[in-house]
Amino acid sequence: MNRIHQKLQEDKKLLSIYFTAGYPNLNDTITIIQNLEKSGVDLIEIGLPFSDPLADGPTIQGSSTQALKNGMTTEVLFNQLQDIRKSVSIPLIIMGYFNPILQYGVVAFCEKCQEVGIDGLIIPDLPIDVFEEQYKTSFEKHGLINVFLITPQTSEQRIRYIDSMSNGFIYMVSSASTTGAKSGFGEEQTNYFKRIADMNLNNPQIVGFGISNQETFTQATQYTKGAIIGSAFVKFIKNNPLGDIKNFIRSIIG
Amino acid sequence: MSYNVNEKGYYGDFGGAFIPEMLYPNIEALRQNYLNVMAEPEFQKEFNQLLKDYVGRPSPLYFAKRLSKKFNTKIYLKREDLNHTGAHKVNNTIGQILMAKRLGKTRIIAETGAGQHGVATATVCALMGLECIVYMGEIDIARQAPNVARMKMLGATVIPATSGSKTLKDATNEAIRDWINNPKNTHYIIGSAIGPHPYPDMVTRFQSVISEEIQWQLKEKEGREHPDYVVACIGGGSNAAGTYYHFLDHDDVGIIAVEAAGKGIQSGKSAATSALGKEGIIHGCKTLLMQTKDGQITEPYSISAGLDYPGVGPLHAHLYKTGRAEFYSATDDEAMQAGLELTKLEGIIPAIETAHALAVFTHKTFKPDDIVVISLSGRGDKDLQNYIDYFNL
Ligand SMILES: Cc1ncc(COP(=O)(O)O)c(C=O)c1O
Repeated sequence: MNRIHQKLQEDKKLLSIYFTAGYPNLNDTITIIQNLEKSGVDLIEIGLPFSDPLADGPTIQGSSTQALKNGMTTEVLFNQLQDIRKSVSIPLIIMGYFNPILQYGVVAFCEKCQEVGIDGLIIPDLPIDVFEEQYKTSFEKHGLINVFLITPQTSEQRIRYIDSMSNGFIYMVSSASTTGAKSGFGEEQTNYFKRIADMNLNNPQIVGFGISNQETFTQATQYTKGAIIGSAFVKFIKNNPLGDIKNFIRSIIG
Repeated sequence: MSYNVNEKGYYGDFGGAFIPEMLYPNIEALRQNYLNVMAEPEFQKEFNQLLKDYVGRPSPLYFAKRLSKKFNTKIYLKREDLNHTGAHKVNNTIGQILMAKRLGKTRIIAETGAGQHGVATATVCALMGLECIVYMGEIDIARQAPNVARMKMLGATVIPATSGSKTLKDATNEAIRDWINNPKNTHYIIGSAIGPHPYPDMVTRFQSVISEEIQWQLKEKEGREHPDYVVACIGGGSNAAGTYYHFLDHDDVGIIAVEAAGKGIQSGKSAATSALGKEGIIHGCKTLLMQTKDGQITEPYSISAGLDYPGVGPLHAHLYKTGRAEFYSATDDEAMQAGLELTKLEGIIPAIETAHALAVFTHKTFKPDDIVVISLSGRGDKDLQNYIDYFNL
């Protein structure tokens, strides 16, 4: 069974952490993943950096630019991950914009993901209809779960369609924003989380964008299966030694 | 072979809408509505009236006698430089502001390179009393100072884009991010024939007034609707798309595109996308773009802020790939000389973007009885400082 499916069956709220591969230093990838697993994180999103990250705010733009300067490429990332399954068993997802994957070759990319032990992909600018027509079979063949996004503006009909096309979890963007833009949730978000929960979708939802501490994690997971922290974690590893990752995680989930 | 967009938003292999889900509701609403809205008699009436009374259309089709003599062919200039605000850009912003109003939007955002599109957007926002925010690369703010002042005077907020190369690509990223953060009340007026479907087609249709007029104007002057060639410079490709539009399916009309070679195609400082680009995704559409082999978008360079873009619109990628259009590129030096030459021979100072189209004569020789229509996309007022610096005037 795919490690993501296994994880989703656990009776707990899941904490997923995003980081940009190649940041702060080119070869931090493995150390970060190992520290996250040791600290009790449930899922990891490895960001494949892109020059023009349209859906990201300043923090992840900055980490992406620095990672590229440090020499991160798709090839380098796969080399770093070559033996990752010898040391960790946590579900691993690659999150990246479509163009670098397209240039690598989507089929080759999927093959390589399977080879190193990646469990799923999040490609925010790959349209769902293009995925269905051109790439779904490759993803399935290589055991990859594709994760789609929904937002507060996504219509109910489209959410049902996205649910029908998903086979893991749905990435629920907390509010209309780029990453890292807003902090704290109000009534509007809570109502939205509840509205989606009441739809009884086939796929559980994990909330992302705007989660930075224990309070926002608790709010975000009241009606959902879990939450994702990105920008706040990227900021943390900019300013702290990787050995202190456990302190950050402890501050979220105790 | 068709050169129009298909129902899925593609020109051959190019186009589509490769956008994050956050943009989907707005893009989808636009896709569902744009053709119907444009076909409404009321919309048509308002659009045409404004083009006539406010923009000053039709723009003249001018026979450039001395230029023709010099290059031993028949050259007509389509005078988009005489439009209100000084370039073709306003054709599109008039159309899109009317569209935005019909979609119930109250806040307008735009990106700009040379500042022409920013000025044209700020102008229509002033005209309609709508809030206007323009994103502009920090470098472009410095090299197009007069247009920055104009936008501010028109009441727009100009926000510098400080990421990446600090030019048009980055301004476009920032505008898209703004739209993600303001999905309800905002319309994004894209300034070229780029972006996710339906933008390339919508912008092309608004700009197609250029070729529509060329047809009847040429008929009056030469007794025929079709020139032998139409020539335009290409940044993202909106003046080109408008200049080609009614001739696309007529093989007797040759289509010529001139891109910015910067310091030279192989110099590492260039914006000649057709020569240097590969298929990929930029700003929500599949097209030709300049990128590393890993798919990172590279920084273009051109002396002209409006051509300093690492991609071309999907229509142009299709015209290139199918061979329907001939593509050339002009260096900074060739363009500056061609701009000066037009000034001396015809008394018209062109925008530096436009000067690239005029440099076609250094790359191609036409026959004496060929009729060549060049899109004179904009005037050079905004570029005076660049001309002064370049020629030590
Ligand atoms: C006068 C003029 N011509 C051409 C362009 C290039 O844009 P496009 O390729 O969309 O026509 C610009 C852009 O700013 C411009 O100002």
